[in-house]
Amino acid sequence: MAARSGNGSSMTSVEKQRVMYPDFTAPSVDKVMVEERAGSLGKRSIKKEAKVAGLYLAISMMDLTTLEGKDSPGKVTQLCQKAMHPSASPGVPPCAAICVYPKLVPVAKRALAGSTVKVASVATSFPSGLSALEVKLEDVRRAVEWGADEIDMVIDRGAFLAGEHTRVFDEIAATKEACGQAHLKVILETGELHTYDNVRRASRIAMLAGADFIKTSTGKVVPAATPPVTLVMLEAIRDFYIETGKLIGMKPAGGIRTAKQVLHYLVLVKETLGDAWLTPDLFRIGASTLLNDVLMQLEKERTGAYQSGDYFSKD
Amino acid sequence: MLIGGQFVRSESGRYIQVADPMELGGTKENVPWGSRKDVRDAVVVARGAWEGWSGRTAYNRGQILYRLGEMLEARHGELTRSLERGGLDGSAAAAEVSATIDRCVSYAGWADKYQSLFASLNPVAGPHFNFTVPESMGVVGVVAPARPALLGLLGAVLPIITSGNTVVVLASEADPRTALVLGEALATSDLPAGVINVITGRASELLVHLAKHMDVSAIDLHAVEPSLVKKAEEAAILNVKRVRTRSLDDGAWFDADGASSPRWIERFVEMKSIWHPAGS
Repeated sequence: MAARSGNGSSMTSVEKQRVMYPDFTAPSVDKVMVEERAGSLGKRSIKKEAKVAGLYLAISMMDLTTLEGKDSPGKVTQLCQKAMHPSASPGVPPCAAICVYPKLVPVAKRALAGSTVKVASVATSFPSGLSALEVKLEDVRRAVEWGADEIDMVIDRGAFLAGEHTRVFDEIAATKEACGQAHLKVILETGELHTYDNVRRASRIAMLAGADFIKTSTGKVVPAATPPVTLVMLEAIRDFYIETGKLIGMKPAGGIRTAKQVLHYLVLVKETLGDAWLTPDLFRIGASTLLNDVLMQLEKERTGAYQSGDYFSKD
Repeated sequence: MLIGGQFVRSESGRYIQVADPMELGGTKENVPWGSRKDVRDAVVVARGAWEGWSGRTAYNRGQILYRLGEMLEARHGELTRSLERGGLDGSAAAAEVSATIDRCVSYAGWADKYQSLFASLNPVAGPHFNFTVPESMGVVGVVAPARPALLGLLGAVLPIITSGNTVVVLASEADPRTALVLGEALATSDLPAGVINVITGRASELLVHLAKHMDVSAIDLHAVEPSLVKKAEEAAILNVKRVRTRSLDDGAWFDADGASSPRWIERFVEMKSIWHPAGS
């Protein structure tokens, strides 16, 4: 949805916004309660079959990510192999996607040919998002042309914090257009938005502008994904669904390292949005170190013995 | 319990009551009753600490162990009192603490010397040097003897950590309190957090889990009853852990020459052979 322009120059900017843009206002968030609720949902003890089922589901929702300056075709190819075949144990599903920088998209695409694993790419001047819009859009178009199935864009946090919500909206809408058939995930970088109210509002702007997914973080800023922030975004998705009937996906990313944490996130999704969202199409987990811990837990459930990190690949 | 440099209660919330003969009226004290999860947490931090500890220079490890001896010296009275409350008479308790401090100093000295004894330059048929050098193994699980509670625990642990291993030790069931007082000395010494992790509880319950853990490289059992040793050995088969057992009497623990031997260090090192071109 792009903003309409050139409509009645006699209007003031406030009036223009009222006419041309949807309503960005979002309910304010009760900090104490959201933290309390997110914490209490994490206290559930999930054991045995439910734990194994949850961990299999988590693997099928994982975006294996490598976003470092030293990334090489070899590393990406290796990660693709791991995404397609996370474990030699029977029944372990492939991961959902591989997330790489645009230049490495063709490498990932080749390595993943014939598999169900998708290629996601962080375009739009990741991780800061501080480039001219044309540059960002070109970045997106190029990544899609090279074969990216999903684009992870970053919003301009400076603009958002300065109150330029319409600009953020326009950028997301323009990026969505540049994506074409590719899915768009909008990274809010919640660690830089300071308040839950800002997170809630940024989530709404992203969804109104056409995001297919909203995502917490780039993984480059601390704090990254936290359960309370994720809960706020899930509630924004729920309200948006009630309002419009559209199912928007959610992707917490960064800082999720253990099987225990990931089960906590699955509980948050189930309790806030319900079973419909518990699929890789609507819930993703961005992680680079999580998979090994999940595999170790699955092996522990299978063999009864706690595992050593030495028996799993170190990427 | 001491896990990763922190004094923690058991996550299970359980505790064991230990009698205190020094108090009138049959007072008892509560000591944490470690669980399988506590063992696992301890192994995780011990594995995390291993890289740093084994990566230090042998000389530096020696310095740190010597400093630990000094910290024990500073707590001499407190440790003696604790052993007395565990049932020893005053002079025997004081002698045990002194012997423990001596043991610490002894292994501090061995830290940068034992390699020379066990390493070798091997004769090979070709233009190469072939060295064999001892290296630490990783995380070692230890069951300390019931008596002597202090000297037995540190006497078992010191030779293992001297080479760079980290340990998860199940303290004496007869006198777990002393292990906790010792923990305070460990926590305030320069020993990095996680190198020695002390669990109080029942070996009969925890040992099998320790032996089964794939991230534990070896186990060292002192005065453990044969049926339990057998169970531990069976559990250790999974990743071919090295299992060592010993049942020393009290006198042997106090034998400074026998129990400070570098052969105690050798029980938990891996020998690595390296080939190097010798040139023309």
